[in-house]
Amino acid sequence: MSEVTWQPTCTIKMLRQRAELLACVRSFFLARDVLEVETPLLCAATATDPYLSSVQVVVDGVRSELSAGKPAAMSGDLFYLQTSPEFAMKRLLAAGSGPIYQICKAFRNAERGRRHNPEFSMLEWYRPDFDEVMLMDEVEALLKLFLRFDRAERISYREVFATHLQIDPFTLDDPLLRELVQQTTGIRDGGFERDTHLELLFSHVIEPRLGLSAPCFVYDYPASQAALAEKRMVDDVEVGRRFELYIGGAEIANGYHELTNAEEQRARFLDDISQRRCEGLPVVPVDERLVAAIAAGLPVCSGVALGLDRLLMQVARANVIDEVISFPVEKA
Amino acid sequence: MANYSTNEFKSGLKVMLDGDPCSIVENEYVKPGKGQAFNRVKLKNLRTGRVWDRTFKSGENLEGADVVEKEMEYLYNDGEFWHFMMVDGSFEQFAADEKALGDTTKWLKEQEVYTVTLFNGAPLSVTAPNFVELEVVETDPGLKGDTAQGGTKPATVTTGAVISVPLFVVIGEVLKIDTRTGEYVSRVKAS
Repeated sequence: MSEVTWQPTCTIKMLRQRAELLACVRSFFLARDVLEVETPLLCAATATDPYLSSVQVVVDGVRSELSAGKPAAMSGDLFYLQTSPEFAMKRLLAAGSGPIYQICKAFRNAERGRRHNPEFSMLEWYRPDFDEVMLMDEVEALLKLFLRFDRAERISYREVFATHLQIDPFTLDDPLLRELVQQTTGIRDGGFERDTHLELLFSHVIEPRLGLSAPCFVYDYPASQAALAEKRMVDDVEVGRRFELYIGGAEIANGYHELTNAEEQRARFLDDISQRRCEGLPVVPVDERLVAAIAAGLPVCSGVALGLDRLLMQVARANVIDEVISFPVEKA
Repeated sequence: MANYSTNEFKSGLKVMLDGDPCSIVENEYVKPGKGQAFNRVKLKNLRTGRVWDRTFKSGENLEGADVVEKEMEYLYNDGEFWHFMMVDGSFEQFAADEKALGDTTKWLKEQEVYTVTLFNGAPLSVTAPNFVELEVVETDPGLKGDTAQGGTKPATVTTGAVISVPLFVVIGEVLKIDTRTGEYVSRVKAS
C-alpha cells in the first residue's frame, strides 16, 4: 500500500493567522452593530447562474416543503450545498433582521485550481440603506485591518478596458471582440457569448494587473452581467450596480446594490434556467421562497461576498490556496 | 491514444495540438466568480521546441501523444541519417534525420549516450547529455605564462563546433563542455 499522507497542507502558524483574521472580522462587525447569523448550507434551491454548479446531496428521511405535491422518488429529498448564503440571508433581511453578516463554508462544484477549492470560506454581509459606493467604503475599512495601503483604487468596468486594452467593452462590435480574444488567448472559437469573450479578456489581460499596489474596485458592470444587482443608466449605457474587488491580481469579493423587484428577480432566474437548458447544463428550480420574500419587502440594501481564503492568501502572501487551508479537497 | 480532459492536465503530459506532439509545461485553472471556467495552458511543441500559450474551455479534451524518451548510444552517420541503438540490451536501432538532430550534431560523439524522443515510434528529437567531452582539433597556440586567468580564444572540437576557451588550451586536449549553454567547463586529464 502506498504511504498515506495525513498532514495538513498549511502550517500551524497559518492556522493561527486564520483564527486572528476571523476574530478581527467579528470584532469589526460587532463594533458596527452588524448581527452575525447562520443560515443552512443544505437548501432545496440554489443559485441559477449558468456557470455556478452546485453540489447535490440526498438527505434521507426528510421532505422539503418545495417538494410538496411531487411524488417521492427517494427515501429522502435532494438538497444543494449552497454556492453562497445569499438567498437565505435575503429572507432574513425581508423578515426585518437589519444589517447582518455570516462567515460560512460555500461549495462550488468542479472548481479546483491554484486559487480554487470546491469548498471554501466565505464572508457575506448585507447593509440596508447602503448603496454600492457606501458598501465599497466599508469593504475598504475592513481591508485596512489586514493590509497596508492609503486608498483603494476605484475604476469603472468601461475605464478598466480602456486603460488596459484600449477598447470600449460596451460598443466594440462582436467580430472585432472575437478576433481580439483569439489573438490574446489562443482559444479556438467556441461560439462563446459576448460576456464570455469580455471575461476572457478580463481574466487574461486585466485581472493580473489589478490591485498590485492597493486593492482595486471595479464597478458598473455591463447589465448582462448584473446577476442579482439593480440596473441603471450611466452615460449612454445600461450597467449593473455591481462591483468586484481585486487584490494582487486576484478576485476577492463581489458586491451588489441588491435587486428588490420580485418579478424582475423571477424573470432573471428563468432566463438563467433557459440558458442552462440550451447549453445542456443541469436545470435547477427557482427559489420561490426567495421570490416570495423579495415580494414581501426586501429592504433597499447592498450586499457583498468576500472569499476569506483568497484574502488570507493575500495577507500571508501565499501563492496557492492549499497553503492557507488545512486540507484541500484531495486530502479532505 | 487516450484523450485527456483539462482537469487531467499536468506538467509533463504529452498531448497532440494542431497536429504536433506537445508537452504541457504549465496549467492554470481560471474562473471568474460568475463566469465560465477555462484553463490557461503553456505547451512546448516537441517538434519545433516553441512554447505556446493556449486557453481551453474547462472540460475540453486533447488527444494524448505517443511520445516516449529512450536512452540510446550514437553509432554512425550514413550521409543522410544518424543511427542510434537502444542501451536496454535490445540492441534495437533507430535512424534520426537532420530535423530530429538539429543543433545536437554539435555534440555528437560515437559511443556517447543520448536521449532520443520517439513520436509514434520514430525519432522526433535528440538531446545531448548535459556534459560531453570533446577533443580540440584547432586553436591558436597557447601563450607562455597564460595560466588560469585572462582572455579567451575560439577553439574547434572534433564535431566542428567552435567554442570559446581560455588562452592556455592547446590542440589535442580534451574539454568538458556544457551542451545546454555551449560553454567550456574544464580540461579533462588524459587517462
